[in-house]
Amino acid sequence: MTINPDQPLKFSPLHRLQWEEAQQKFVILYPEGMVELNLSSAEILKLCDGAHNLGQIVSELEQKFAASGLTNDITAFLDIALKNGWIQQP
Amino acid sequence: MAGSNNLKITPPRWLLAELTYACPLQCPYCSNPVDYSNYPSELSTEDWKRVLSEARKMGAVQLGFSGGEPLTRKDLAELVRHARGLGYYSNLITSGYGMTEEKIVELKEAGLDHIQVSIQASTQELNDHIAGTASFEHKKKVAHLVKKHGYPMVLCVVIHRENIHQMPEILAMAEELGADYLELANTQYYGWAHMNRDLLMPTKEQFEQAEAIAQAFKEKVAGKMKIYYVVPDYYENRPKACMNGWGTTFLTIAPDGMALPCHEARVLPGLDCPNVRDSSIERIWNESKAFNFFRGDDWMKEPCRSCDEKHKDHGGCRCQAYLLSGDMYAADPVCSKSPDHHLIDEAIASARNSALTADEKPLIFRNSKNSRQLA
Repeated sequence: MTINPDQPLKFSPLHRLQWEEAQQKFVILYPEGMVELNLSSAEILKLCDGAHNLGQIVSELEQKFAASGLTNDITAFLDIALKNGWIQQP
Repeated sequence: MAGSNNLKITPPRWLLAELTYACPLQCPYCSNPVDYSNYPSELSTEDWKRVLSEARKMGAVQLGFSGGEPLTRKDLAELVRHARGLGYYSNLITSGYGMTEEKIVELKEAGLDHIQVSIQASTQELNDHIAGTASFEHKKKVAHLVKKHGYPMVLCVVIHRENIHQMPEILAMAEELGADYLELANTQYYGWAHMNRDLLMPTKEQFEQAEAIAQAFKEKVAGKMKIYYVVPDYYENRPKACMNGWGTTFLTIAPDGMALPCHEARVLPGLDCPNVRDSSIERIWNESKAFNFFRGDDWMKEPCRSCDEKHKDHGGCRCQAYLLSGDMYAADPVCSKSPDHHLIDEAIASARNSALTADEKPLIFRNSKNSRQLA
C-alpha cells in the first residue's frame, strides 16, 4: 500500500483530527485510541481534504514554510498515514 | 496514604462512564462488581453532564459510555450530545440489546463517534447460552446497522474456554459483518469471571492454538480490519501495565457516582473512593486519597521496589494482587518474580483439571438474584 501521486488524498471518515487545548497539540481520535501529532504531521493531514494530491500538498507546504526538498519527508509520513487508515485514496 | 507527594500528576485522558449496572444480559465473566445489587442508585442526567464537563476541562478526550447496558438509560442521547459539544470522542460499549435503527440514527445525530457491539460466540446456541438471553440474531442485525449508518464498527468477543474453539468461525463472522476493528478479549479474571475461573479458563494448548489462528488472520486482513488482542495474563511471565499506571490516564465513574482509578478498584480495602456527588473531578483526581494511593512507586514492596522493569508495568494490577494474594501492595502474582506466582500455576492447574474431568459445577451467571446472594 503506497501513495498514488496522481490521486487526491482524503482524511478517513472513521477518524477525527482535532486540536486538543489541554495537550496543546493535534490528535487523531478513533475507537478507543488516540495518536498525538507534531505540528508538521498535523499540517500535512489538514491538507488531506479530498482536493489535494501528493504534489499539491508538497508545494503548498513548501510555500507555507518557505522550504524546499520536503517531498521525501511528506511522502514517508503519508505512507504511514495510509497504512494506519488515517487517510484514504479513491 | 501510600502515594508519593512529589509526583507530577498527569491529567486524565480516558473517562469511562458506567451509566448503569442494569443489563438484560447475564454474562458469567461480567466486569461489574459481584455485589452490584448493593449499588442501585444512579447519577442524574445533570450530575453526568457536570462530570463530563469537568473531566473534559482537565483534558479527558476519550469517553466510553458503558454499563451494564448503557442503552437502558433514557438520557443516553442527551449525554452524547453534551459530550460532543465538549469535544469528546464518544464510544458506546453495548450488547446491542435494545438497539433499534431509529436509536442508531438518533445517536449519530447527537454526535456519537463509534459503537462497539459485543457478541458472545459465533453460533446462536452458544451466544444465547453465555449471554443468558436470546440475542444472537439481533446483535448481528445491529452490527449491520452500525456499518450502514457510517460508524466505525468494533466487534468485541470475550474469549474463554466455552468459545475458544470457535476462533476460526468468530474471525469469519467479524469479516462477514464488516468489522473495522475486532477486539479479542481474553477473559480477565476479576469479579464474576474470578468466581467462574475454573470453568472459563482455557488450557495453555487452547490459548496457543487460538492465538496462532488470530495472528494469521491479523496478517490476512491488515489494512482492512484492526485486531485488538487482550492478552491472557495468567499465561504471561510479566504483568500488564494496568491502567497505564494508577491515576495517570484512566478515570472510571461508577453508576452510583463513585470515582475509581480502575473499574475493579471498588474491591480494594481502605481506599475511601470519593463520590462525584461530593467533590469536583479536579479535586478527586488531584487530591483524593484513592487516586494518590498507588501513584508513583513509593508504595512498592520487593521484588517490585528494586526491579528494573517497575516503570514498565508498575508492579502489575493492584486488584489482581489483592484478589489472589490478599495483599494489594504485593507484586501482581502473574509476574514470575513474584513470591505468589505459584497461585497462578495452581489456578491454571485447577482449571485444567476442571476441563479434563468435565466438571459438573455450573457457571454462575451475572444477574440480580445471584448478586444479592453473593453480596
